[in-house]
Amino acid sequence: MPTVENTILICAGGACISAGEKSVKNEIEDALEKYALNEVVQVVETGCMGACDLGPIAVIYPEGVFYQKLDAKAARKIVEEHLLKGRIVKEYLFKGDTGEIKEKPQEEMPFFTEQVKIATRNLGVVDPLSIEEFIAQDGFFSLHKAIKEMTPQDIIDELKKSEIRGRGGAGFPTGLKWELARNNKGNPKYIICNADEGDPGAFMDRAILEGDPFNIVEAMTIAGYAIGATKGYIYIRAEYPLAIERFSKALEESRKMGFLGDNILDTNFSFDIEIRIGAGAFVCGEETALINSVEGKRGIPEVKPPFPAEKGLWDKPTLNNNVETYANIPMIIRNGGEWFSQFGVEGSRGTKVFALAGKVKNTGLVEVPMGITLKKLIYEIGGGVPNGKKLKAVQTGGPSGGCIPEHLLDTPITYDNMKELGTIIGSGGIIVIDEDDCMVDVAKFFIDFTVEESCGKCTPCREGTPKMLEILEQITNGEGTEEDLEILKVLGKHIMENSLCGLGQTAPQPVVSTMRYFWDEYLAHVNEKRCPAKRCKSLYRVVIDENKCVGCTACARVCPVDAISGSPREVHEIDPEICTRCGSCLEVCRFDAISKVSP
Amino acid sequence: MSTEKIKEKVLDSYNECKKDSLNDDDILLNTLHSLQKEFDGYIPLEAAEILSELMDKPTSRINEVLTFYTMLSTKERGKYIIRVCKSLPCHVANGEKVINQLKKRLKIDFGETTEDGLFTLEQSSCLGLCGVSPVMLINDEAYGNLTPEKVDKIIDKITEEERGASK
Repeated sequence: MPTVENTILICAGGACISAGEKSVKNEIEDALEKYALNEVVQVVETGCMGACDLGPIAVIYPEGVFYQKLDAKAARKIVEEHLLKGRIVKEYLFKGDTGEIKEKPQEEMPFFTEQVKIATRNLGVVDPLSIEEFIAQDGFFSLHKAIKEMTPQDIIDELKKSEIRGRGGAGFPTGLKWELARNNKGNPKYIICNADEGDPGAFMDRAILEGDPFNIVEAMTIAGYAIGATKGYIYIRAEYPLAIERFSKALEESRKMGFLGDNILDTNFSFDIEIRIGAGAFVCGEETALINSVEGKRGIPEVKPPFPAEKGLWDKPTLNNNVETYANIPMIIRNGGEWFSQFGVEGSRGTKVFALAGKVKNTGLVEVPMGITLKKLIYEIGGGVPNGKKLKAVQTGGPSGGCIPEHLLDTPITYDNMKELGTIIGSGGIIVIDEDDCMVDVAKFFIDFTVEESCGKCTPCREGTPKMLEILEQITNGEGTEEDLEILKVLGKHIMENSLCGLGQTAPQPVVSTMRYFWDEYLAHVNEKRCPAKRCKSLYRVVIDENKCVGCTACARVCPVDAISGSPREVHEIDPEICTRCGSCLEVCRFDAISKVSP
Repeated sequence: MSTEKIKEKVLDSYNECKKDSLNDDDILLNTLHSLQKEFDGYIPLEAAEILSELMDKPTSRINEVLTFYTMLSTKERGKYIIRVCKSLPCHVANGEKVINQLKKRLKIDFGETTEDGLFTLEQSSCLGLCGVSPVMLINDEAYGNLTPEKVDKIIDKITEEERGASK
């Protein structure tokens, strides 16, 4: 058999697939066959490599040359030049800010070098569907260690020593949660993995399930042993079809190899996992709602206490953690709790996976030690705001979180600091907002989300959030008053104090937080009927500068509502009554003659 | 579809889900997912009634679950269900233009189906592909880095394939 000379790792994370990864992979394989290279070049589709904005990505080893933004044409060229003739194809290499070419950005760029990968260590490194590759990365070693060498209490003690806290939002100490579930009387007990990742802008759970599903199988099985459960459920949202597909395959493989099922590793311990698929309800991320949904009911939250650790699935003690929390467990078991706690800072130990999205150059997933400052995360690792725009705020924690203004970006990210700033780490979504975005619009956007996702069980959330939305709509339409702002505050307070579940209790948070830091923007909307970012369509006009317009007619031709009039080579004019502020003319004008103005 | 045929499909789905599960109590949601696939994107009320008899539960119990979740439908939908993401990362990346283009091109609003029965347009909560926003899902396939032009191309391609297939 010929020896493999090159290995091509192709990122097959969700983002790269949606950017055209399949056609790249097919073209590479076709070309390899054509040039009879298919026996000496190995093609491996991996999980998410993290750098979504560069996708589709392929890395060629042993050199480690990193190719980006590929398409079928690029794929063919890389095979013909790089693999056949040994010449690096420069046009698909990474280019830095000043246009300099980098062959191996993964060894130079802070986006890659500043990361400490624990939960995502296998992402982009192994074929997610190969149990052999997982085992080659010491996979299932921790399971073996846990059930052969450790008592359940030993495991819980290690977790306590690691000081890991839940990565799904609430930040409850994981070791304590496991201990409660272990000590509560009841039989049987259940394990749940919450993979109903719903916060807009957070996608680490998706990437972990797609890129390293065996890791979660291993962690849930360890959890089963630690609390004395024989059955686990993973609740995956239906919006993630690829994660569902890969996780089911991982379950089958694990059963075949004896890591799931009866008498695991020839011990008395038996454990198995079933998948439950969500059906598009955000509230199911709340644990009591999730439990109802797993039981085949409407996903509606219940009053706590009792907590699931005491009375969960079918009223039995149930341990529920989110995907990223589980993803850390095998490494903690393997290396010990103290090892884990060396990362991060007091009160926030270990690493956290953040999803960078919005107006940031390097979008994607990064895993970094907790306690890193937002500034470093966004500017050094994220590469800052694209197109020379100015950063206005950073939204964290999704619809339960808030916005942090630019001048507070020096704050280290910890559970406590975020709380002080009026937001939460949440599941780790970081949405960067720039000067072109309106903070009232952002707040309205989240309230609109909550209105749609409110389950309807309790009145403050069901009736209160639509009222808030109505007022915010008035404000962005230029019909708001200062009194409306006061009503928003009072209403928000009532909803937060009187709602039953976490979704309702935190629903007004995006409004409260934007009011705290961007009060001026709210005042401009209600008093001056002006949107400082010129985003709210009722609060600006689009005009043509008569000194700059040359009458090229480009704007008139692109206007979908025929609001622009003027003869060729003469100054054009926009009728504000007809104009819908769609922005099409702004994009096509080559003379910079069209602009938005406040009334 | 005849009542007999519907009955048969419901029974198949139910038995299949029952076989895969260790607990009979919790298979309602899975069965509904499976039924929706069987009936090409929706669950006829008649099927819900048959299921209620099979599971020995009142029809109201089935319907309360069926109508709670946004991804389950009691209304017939198109062959291709387009779920366009409407969360903040897609919104700040000009997602609105993509949504407007979809509506304009397909001549339908959210929740509606094109006259030829090919496309249904729905909005989705975050699809978790924020790195390549704006994004949409067509059935189980995701499309990222969308622009109005790209949307047109994707719709063109599907429409052409369908025309080719029906010839």
